[in-house]
Amino acid sequence: MAMALRLYLLLIVFVSSAIVSFSLYEDQVGLMDWHQRYIGKVKHAVFHTQKTGRKRVIVSTEENVVASLDLRHGEIFWRHVLGTKDAIDGVDIALGKYVITLSSEGSMLRAWNLPDGQMVWETSLHSAQHSKSLLSVPVNLKFDKDYSILVFGGGYLHAVSPIDGELLWKKDFTAEGFEVQRVLQPLESSIVYVLGFLHSSEAIVYQIDSKSGEVVAEKSKAFPGRFSGEISAVSNDKVVVLDSTRSILVTISFVDGEISFQKTLISSLVEDSGEAEILSPLLSNMLAVKVNKRTIFVRVGDQGKLEMVDSLSDETAMSDSLPVADDQVAFASVHHEGSKIHLTVKLVDDLDTVLLRESIQMDQHRGRVDRVFINNYIKTDRSNGFRALIVMEDHSLLLLQQGAIVWSREEGLASVTDVTTAELPVEKDGVSVAKVEHTLVDWLKGHILKLKGSLLLASPEDVVAIQEMRMKSSGRSKLTRDHNGFRKLFIALTRAGKLFALHTGDGRIVWSTLLNSPACARPSGISLYQWQVPHHHAMDENPSVLVVGRCGSDSSSPGVLSFVDVYTGKEISSSDIGHSVVQVMPLPLFTDSTEQRLHLIADTDGHVHLYPKTPEALGIFQREFQNVYWYNVEGDDGIIRGHGMKSSCAGETADEYCFTTRELWTVVFPSESEKIISTLTRKPNEVVHTQAKVSTDQDVLYKYVSRNLLFVATVSPKGAGEIGSVTPEESALVVYLIDTVTGRILHRLSHQGCQGPVHAVFSENWVVYHYFNLRAHKYEVTVVEIYDQSRAENKNVWKLVLGKHNLTAPISSYSRPEMFTKSQSYFFPQSVKTIAVTSTAKGITSKQLLIGTIGDQILALDKRFVDPRRTLNPSQAEKEEGIIPLTDSLPIIPQSYITHSLKVEGLRGIVTAPAKLESTTHVFAYGVDLFYTRLAPSKTYDSLTDDFSYALLLITIVALVAAIYITWALSEKKELSEKWR
Amino acid sequence: MAKLTPFFFLSFLIISSSLAFQSDEFGLEGAQQQTPTTRKRYSDPDSDSKVQFSLEHAFGDSDFSPAGTFSARLKSWSHGGKTLTKLRFSRNGFSDEEKDTFKNLLKGDDFYRIRLPSNVISPPGKEFVVASVRARCLPRDGLDEHFVIHMEGANVLAVSYGSLGACQYPRQFKLPAKWSFNSHTILKSSEQAPRTPIFTEEILGGENAEGEVEPPPERSFWAKYWMYLIPLGLVVMNAVTQATNMAEEQTGGQAGGSQVQQSARRR
Repeated sequence: MAMALRLYLLLIVFVSSAIVSFSLYEDQVGLMDWHQRYIGKVKHAVFHTQKTGRKRVIVSTEENVVASLDLRHGEIFWRHVLGTKDAIDGVDIALGKYVITLSSEGSMLRAWNLPDGQMVWETSLHSAQHSKSLLSVPVNLKFDKDYSILVFGGGYLHAVSPIDGELLWKKDFTAEGFEVQRVLQPLESSIVYVLGFLHSSEAIVYQIDSKSGEVVAEKSKAFPGRFSGEISAVSNDKVVVLDSTRSILVTISFVDGEISFQKTLISSLVEDSGEAEILSPLLSNMLAVKVNKRTIFVRVGDQGKLEMVDSLSDETAMSDSLPVADDQVAFASVHHEGSKIHLTVKLVDDLDTVLLRESIQMDQHRGRVDRVFINNYIKTDRSNGFRALIVMEDHSLLLLQQGAIVWSREEGLASVTDVTTAELPVEKDGVSVAKVEHTLVDWLKGHILKLKGSLLLASPEDVVAIQEMRMKSSGRSKLTRDHNGFRKLFIALTRAGKLFALHTGDGRIVWSTLLNSPACARPSGISLYQWQVPHHHAMDENPSVLVVGRCGSDSSSPGVLSFVDVYTGKEISSSDIGHSVVQVMPLPLFTDSTEQRLHLIADTDGHVHLYPKTPEALGIFQREFQNVYWYNVEGDDGIIRGHGMKSSCAGETADEYCFTTRELWTVVFPSESEKIISTLTRKPNEVVHTQAKVSTDQDVLYKYVSRNLLFVATVSPKGAGEIGSVTPEESALVVYLIDTVTGRILHRLSHQGCQGPVHAVFSENWVVYHYFNLRAHKYEVTVVEIYDQSRAENKNVWKLVLGKHNLTAPISSYSRPEMFTKSQSYFFPQSVKTIAVTSTAKGITSKQLLIGTIGDQILALDKRFVDPRRTLNPSQAEKEEGIIPLTDSLPIIPQSYITHSLKVEGLRGIVTAPAKLESTTHVFAYGVDLFYTRLAPSKTYDSLTDDFSYALLLITIVALVAAIYITWALSEKKELSEKWR
Repeated sequence: MAKLTPFFFLSFLIISSSLAFQSDEFGLEGAQQQTPTTRKRYSDPDSDSKVQFSLEHAFGDSDFSPAGTFSARLKSWSHGGKTLTKLRFSRNGFSDEEKDTFKNLLKGDDFYRIRLPSNVISPPGKEFVVASVRARCLPRDGLDEHFVIHMEGANVLAVSYGSLGACQYPRQFKLPAKWSFNSHTILKSSEQAPRTPIFTEEILGGENAEGEVEPPPERSFWAKYWMYLIPLGLVVMNAVTQATNMAEEQTGGQAGGSQVQQSARRR
């Protein structure tokens, strides 16, 4: 027995000393993690519904994604995420087999193979100035070598061969004050018309030979007045422009190169006219104008005469016109009525002919219809059928066909701006969720299957069964709290102002809600806070989150607070707070009797407002009034200011929850040498398990753990641009650690010849930051650890025993800080998008850095690799402690990519949240895609793994018991025979 | 290989000698030096020039008023940089009126605020650099104050202001025994980060092979199957004891037999 114990101890030592590198087995993929692929809000859509082949729609989105979607199910055939600066201006299909995209303000033209999305060619176009970018791919179904793609962008008109992307010719339109508005090429014509305005008051039409790019003719005519930029091309030889007073529509016709203007007063079309706006849909011989919140349709006659044909009172989304059979052109419009939307397809020439009228029940939480794209198909009875792709206000994408929603995609999740976590409800007695669990026989069967699997006896069918069982196992998608805290909700706020609750088990949307406000129709969400987290008291209250939004894009526009119940997704209340929102500060540790957290909101006038507005909260706040400090960073001016509370602003307003503040400290960065590029604080809810760190020589270092530390990184203004735009001598990076109560600079380190962007992570008493070293031409990572020296005398055990230590004395920020820092730098071979750190319930588990790499993957790097105590030749004692010998660069171990083979396209942020089980942490990464996994940085030392075979244990015990009985029986028998001898 | 990471670049700490000598000086001359000196600049043709800049203070929310003068030498380097050296500080003592206001601050545990211009050559520069402290932190025997001025060339980035030692919380109301300032000043400029050391491939390879080797297969085998192996070990041990007992039994006869029985039951 003693030997077994010794063996066991030895094993424990063995296991714990092993370098833990996180990795998965192939069959574990998808057990704890999920990955969702999105594309973002659709801007353009081009249908490809030829008779042969799969029906698909090509879309380009605001997240710079070009994708091909299956029209039947809405799945992604292929997609490409272009860079963040590579916004897509236009998308079209050429030659029936290439998808052409124009991006980067008309300077990048690419062709993708339609079936599989491979890039066929890419042409970079010369660009000299900012201008509109126009893509024109002639509609020509026949394979014709002669025609070319016309691209206008950056002041040049380019003709590009669709076959290989070769630049055929280019024409310069960069003349001063000249703005190209339209490029038109009539069908079966070799003349390209380029219409532009000179100084917004003269229309010029160039006729260009489409073969050679030579200017054939040039006509111009001055306009008595000025044009506004809004234009609509109604036919091949006419455009309609709004003049700068926005009250006159001007029809410009340029038949055969002769320009003629025809003015029409909008007041002659509608009675109560105000400022007009031309809407974007392209309708043939017709245009849509928005006047006084009404949409009017104006038909353009042959002579350029305008007449109003229809008007719609409420907000209506319209599609471009679409040619249907017999030279007819149709367009679709969608409008709301209650909880339904009405889709109408009409002929452009005859608005009374309704080709299709459908009403579809629509979820209120999708908001209004934003965009419509239609496509037609021939039904079996030779009539036209229509399908409509609609983009809703919450960015979701839906396909409507035959009066029903065929499929929908929640594309709002591609633009997540803030994430927080929430608990699920506790399993109630009486409501047995466990009854779906299988019987004992099933349970045993399952475990025997698992056993087979682990003993490599399983047949391929068994393997499939095991995998399936694992995927469905243990009710991981149940909507109740579990013992380990593995089931949680991630609450995500999207740019569209919609709130989603995602289940950690399988990533499904538990609920979603679109924010509303009494003050404005759709407030834009800014950030998300945990408002009420029932913990000790008030257990019967549902937890809730606070969404801070504002009406309008300006920072001085009034703010909106919205409280959302986490269990149900219902908006509990929404209030218009009547002041602007600059900064939201959750007050740490302050909760009222219903466990609502106290928040301070700073406005543009320098006042702060206390929420919730209850007398109880006010009482709690006033007790700590003297000890509340806050700071703000004025990034443009390079000033950081600290503030203290002064008094209630009763003198100015009657609001007793409003307070004035005073400036206590400032840090002023000289504008000629430093520019703030990054600021960072610790996570307010982070748990630090131990304040002391015992080093190998039995020495104790005390961590300087302060919640009031701010990490600031500045670079020389010259070095704020792209990497490599400056010489090493011109650029320096300086990092600071500033105490936000007193404004003391605790640590200041300058890196000569280094440059941003800086990505940093701050946890416990350390900061790790990533930047570019221009001298070494490499990325670097530096770690700074801060230790407290004022408590360094507390090493003596007797002092601790006799209570003569100062460990329990309150620490004041006004004491002179006695601290020292240790830092070390390493090269890091990759560019980084974001860095996060794992967080666990008690902070005992060692930490891992989660590095979002440029390849949109997440690398888990042990904190031990960025430890300033690493030395070149660690002593035996140091090695035992787990100090890794110093290397000049950090290793990238391919197995430690927690995203394994997946990519989180367009990665923007990583959020970690602790599970109840100490060893485990939740990791949620968002970008265009979403990815979730559960991590155990030091392996799951406090629980058995999921694939632990209970059956084997059971069988072993049974076998043991059996063996005991057999041996007992044998010995009895033997004894008996001995006695008989 | 020698250690490559010593702190080569120590900061340029210039601790102006202050202590008792200066505080005495202020005690005596404070009143005469009151005049809010216009900041004179002696622009030497040489690389060195003298600069003066003033310290201003405020009690609670009052306006700022002059409280002392810093003077230093401004050294211009050939590469265009400028640094401040030999900082001297002369502090004005509190007037009677100021003493009363300060007492009020002490009673109310309010803030005593100071400010410096953010540029010493052309004050105030972009803006004043402000720092503040709870008034109750200052009184000891006299009034202890400690300035750490963070410089970047001729610009003042920030000033840390407070008492020399700890400031106990909760702060006690205590009047200073002497109304004279005991000032300490430190000029601090940025510390240079040490260069990231580059090791030769050889060392790197050697260290890697030693330090970051993958866990050996036995270890992972143990780590994975220990829960099976321990029962197995128990079975084996059981069998072994059984076998020895059997042997004993063969020699010891009946007594041994009953022992086996017992041991078997025990398990």
